[in-house]
Amino acid sequence: MQIPAPFDYVRATSVDNALELLSRHGAESRVIAGGHSLLPMMKLRLSRPEWLIDINDLYELDFILRDGDKLRVGALTRHTTLLESDEIAALFPIVRDAEAVIADPVVRNRGTIGGSLCQADPAEDLSTVCDVLGAEAVIRGPAGERILAMADFHRGPYETAVGQDELLCELRFPIRPRAGSAYEKVERRVGDWAVGAAGASVTLAADGTIADAAVGLTALGLAHTVAEAAGLLRGQQPREELFVEAGRLAAAACDPVADQRGPIDYKRHLADELTRRVLRQACARAARTQEG
Amino acid sequence: MQINMTVNGNEVTSDIEPRVLLVHYIREVLGLTGTHWGCDTSNCGTCVVLMDGQPVKSCTVLAAMAAGHDIRTVEGLASGATLDPVQQGFMEEHGLQCGFCTPGMMLTARALLDKNPHPDTTEIRKAISGQICRCTGYATIVRSVQWAAAHPAGGDTDATVDEVIDGTDTAVEDIAAETQDAEVKS
Ligand SMILES: Cc1cc2nc3c(=O)[nH]c(=O)nc-3n(C[C@H](O)[C@H](O)[C@H](O)COP(=O)(O)OP(=O)(O)OC[C@H]3O[C@@H](n4cnc5c(N)ncnc54)[C@H](O)[C@@H]3O)c2cc1C
Ligand code: FES
Ligand code: FES
Repeated sequence: MQIPAPFDYVRATSVDNALELLSRHGAESRVIAGGHSLLPMMKLRLSRPEWLIDINDLYELDFILRDGDKLRVGALTRHTTLLESDEIAALFPIVRDAEAVIADPVVRNRGTIGGSLCQADPAEDLSTVCDVLGAEAVIRGPAGERILAMADFHRGPYETAVGQDELLCELRFPIRPRAGSAYEKVERRVGDWAVGAAGASVTLAADGTIADAAVGLTALGLAHTVAEAAGLLRGQQPREELFVEAGRLAAAACDPVADQRGPIDYKRHLADELTRRVLRQACARAARTQEG
Repeated sequence: MQINMTVNGNEVTSDIEPRVLLVHYIREVLGLTGTHWGCDTSNCGTCVVLMDGQPVKSCTVLAAMAAGHDIRTVEGLASGATLDPVQQGFMEEHGLQCGFCTPGMMLTARALLDKNPHPDTTEIRKAISGQICRCTGYATIVRSVQWAAAHPAGGDTDATVDEVIDGTDTAVEDIAAETQDAEVKS
């Protein structure tokens, strides 16, 4: 039987209250959101916080809100809400692509976007999604609010810029015209973490050339987006040879490890093939917004 | 710590350690052993209960986190002697063999039908995709949920025990037909 080590439990009543509790209880306190990463780790005693600060009552962190040219998503927004949001699917189809293959529907009822990003597991699908969409993370702490680009948010596997006494409050996604995005994942079985996955986001110029592009990989040993692919794609008309070359660059840039999910050459092959597919799909979706 | 919640419509109050998981609280403190406990790693789904109407894996929720919420377990499906249509469906279409996965499957089915009264087979399969059955091969579970969807007010189950045993019940014939179909295709 897996039972966590003893701890004290308190429910935060507001963001300020959560910050105050984190300061008061210090280094051995942790916030718990959906609990679907933290509780399994606590059950295995890989994590032994002395205080759990439950933020599930903070409905102020559970929202999807359009604000000018940004879409703001609260950190406590559940996977299921993200999957079912038609507004998100229209603006950022990559989110629905990814959410449909994150864990299973029951896990998705609990897990949150904030918990996913703060967990920072190398196989976390939403990290790649936020990277390629150029999201910003809004973090609050005793010193006030700071806003970080994803490149500054990530600090490596299981590590982020969110300090022990801070809270990730929201993600902000830039809304761009003529944009398209896509995500594709290969998993061993439904609900499993990725063997490998790729995400892409592109914006087209008025003449149909690629104005900007980002390609990211999940679980393939690449923490940042594939810079070489972005450089290659910019200014070009979308076409198959370009996607093939971008796939080759992604496969060269990644650094997967062999494990029970597959050997290195197979994972490199996935980086290549999945990059082609998501670019093809993202460009097609961007072109469709241009027509419509 | 003291917690209060509603379980199957009843207010319950208990003094527990914060580390007690909801599944153990339900089974051991409340004595409602219909909720099963399997993998312990949020993979199998036998521990699924409804929290405010939504299926959750109770091995990965603290009882303390469920405080103040409305919990429904398999014991809360029937009202008195009247089975929930989902329970009738599982009887009618042989949605269980050993029965280990059944409580979780039935609660997920209930939540699905509350949200979407006429799901197609793909929607049913998706809804139960986080749950594992080692016995039925899922075909009969899907049909059980379809039966419940077709009989929202329940109804007399028409299969008698004899029909089930001698194989003349239609569900058994359907499976045989489906198996043959599958063989032809492969
Ligand atoms: C069976 C299973 C399969 C899964 N499969 C996948 C998958 O395929 N792909 C995938 O991407 N994920 C998968 N997950 C993980 C799932 O998405 C988790 O829900 C998610 O990783 C964590 O979200 P949570 O809200 O449950 O976070 P929690 O477990 O509550 O927290 C995780 C960490 O983040 C911290 N934290 C949470 N919220 C905040 C905040 N607002 N500010 C600061 N720190 C915070 C916590 O202190 C903790 O350290 C799976 C999980 C399970 C159980
Ligand atoms: S016991 Fe909870 S999912 Fe298996
Ligand atoms: S009936 Fe035996 S596991 Fe489903």
